[in-house]
Amino acid sequence: MDGYRDLTIDSIRAGLREKRFTARELAEEALRRARDGNEASGTFLSFTPERAFAVAGRVDASVAAGKDIGPLAGVPVAVKDVIMTAGIKTTCASRALEDFVAPYDATAVKRLEKAGAVIVGKTNCDEFAMGSSNENSAFYPVRNPADPERVPGGSSGGSAAAVAYGYTPASLGSDTGGSIRQPASFCGAVGVMPTYGRVSRYGLVAFASSLDHIGPFSRTVRDSAHLLGTVAGGDPYDATAANMPAADFAGALSADVSGLKLGIPREYFGEGLDAAVGARIEAGIKRLERLGCQAVEISLPHTRYAIASYYLICTAEASSNLARYDGVRYSRRSEDSETLRDMYRNSRAEAFGPEVTRRIILGTYVLSAGYYDAYYKKAQEVRSLIARDFKQAFESVDAIVTPTSPFPAFKLGEKTSDPLQMYLSDIYTITGSLAGIAGMSVPCGASPEGLPIGMQILANHFEEQTMLNLGHAFELDGGFEG
Amino acid sequence: MKVTPEQVKQIANLANLSLSDRDLEAYAKDLEEILAYVDQLNELDTSGVEPMAQVLHEGSAAPLRTDAAGPSLAPESALRCAPLAGAGHFKVPRVIER
Repeated sequence: MDGYRDLTIDSIRAGLREKRFTARELAEEALRRARDGNEASGTFLSFTPERAFAVAGRVDASVAAGKDIGPLAGVPVAVKDVIMTAGIKTTCASRALEDFVAPYDATAVKRLEKAGAVIVGKTNCDEFAMGSSNENSAFYPVRNPADPERVPGGSSGGSAAAVAYGYTPASLGSDTGGSIRQPASFCGAVGVMPTYGRVSRYGLVAFASSLDHIGPFSRTVRDSAHLLGTVAGGDPYDATAANMPAADFAGALSADVSGLKLGIPREYFGEGLDAAVGARIEAGIKRLERLGCQAVEISLPHTRYAIASYYLICTAEASSNLARYDGVRYSRRSEDSETLRDMYRNSRAEAFGPEVTRRIILGTYVLSAGYYDAYYKKAQEVRSLIARDFKQAFESVDAIVTPTSPFPAFKLGEKTSDPLQMYLSDIYTITGSLAGIAGMSVPCGASPEGLPIGMQILANHFEEQTMLNLGHAFELDGGFEG
Repeated sequence: MKVTPEQVKQIANLANLSLSDRDLEAYAKDLEEILAYVDQLNELDTSGVEPMAQVLHEGSAAPLRTDAAGPSLAPESALRCAPLAGAGHFKVPRVIER
């Protein structure tokens, strides 16, 4: 299908109405491209043709009957394999759930399909969303679309790659410490972490419950706005989903950003920042100034403590959440264990990869008697200080602009032997996660080697519209060329 | 702070993980390195700072629902996910000696 790669949600809607193509044809095209590319790219863990054609068929019937079609009608979408899809394997890229068929749909999946979106497959990721390179998948790595020797970022590497390879115009991922924004920046896609509580996590397999988010990837900001508007809103099945009316982010999108005040935190432009990334982001900020924004230097003084705070909190929560994989109810069971206790111990040891095991051990350690106050409680107190930094900053600025990652995509294997180095790559995204605010990454040019660079835009709680408007204006102004 | 393989073994025990001696050694080294890194939190005086256990949005948090039974997953759907089930139950290795 000519021009498939350039299709947006709005152009799909128009094309369906004008009968230039059918939803079925779009689903076939997405599946063909994704399947043909998968051996080399590793983007998908499974494909869902039956479900895709069933939804596409309903969309096509509505078009034929002249009925209203949903806002996402016929849009092929990829879903990260930590988000449950009824009747379809949901593995979390883990041996623990290798054969797990989800018994129900995540709320976000239900809402996507109700709006007419066509889910074509489940994307690869780091095991249980723990990682920054997608190399922790128990099955196979994902290759970066710009350079197959490099990682796509993580943990939602497959969802970012699905968009960047042109398999689907949009996808869903999850973000706990940067798992949407960082792969978006590495792959050259738009990726949005909404405010904590904006999108229901019902059906998202839990990693760190005080930090987990579901959010979209797409090629354009408008398309992410469409997806976010569709999946957002309160949910009786998730007590942490804020009881706010769904907002029409796409309908309200405006490229008029003049007069907005942007905070540029000096802590994000210091040591460790790749020179090429720094230069592209500075240029990006200049462009936003030309669009009428006012950039001011600010300070977020506790930034340097964010990684330590985050890795104590997220591992503590992970060790609790992953206690459920006991080989009894849904996860892999080890053969031939004599006692119940041995069955638990062997099943879990066989099921989890090294990074997941490492995090369970660290989390169990920091929660254990005698260490709780020194590590876990201390980390939560520092989290308060980091949240306070942002609260104070947002009293005087409308949004904060930073690099998404200190460097462009690194090579496969480059950081796997040093867990701490891998953790440090999340420095710019983790702060916003801890504070529970909204953040997104938009493409902002490329490095001299041609690797995509992402600019992060952060906005206060429930101020996604401001953030999306900035990204949209930036995209219209320069086609993301930095 | 020094972390020994024996300490990791104890932690792994709490977490119901059986690990090989080689793994215990590797994780002890990783844990030691990560704990040394997080030690920098002690540079901050946090006396009087409330620990932040969750992200609260004033006025926007979901209200508590009424405590009423609603539809939930059917038992057969839940059992279908189990590695071993029978007679409406999850089956596990024997826990009581005959």
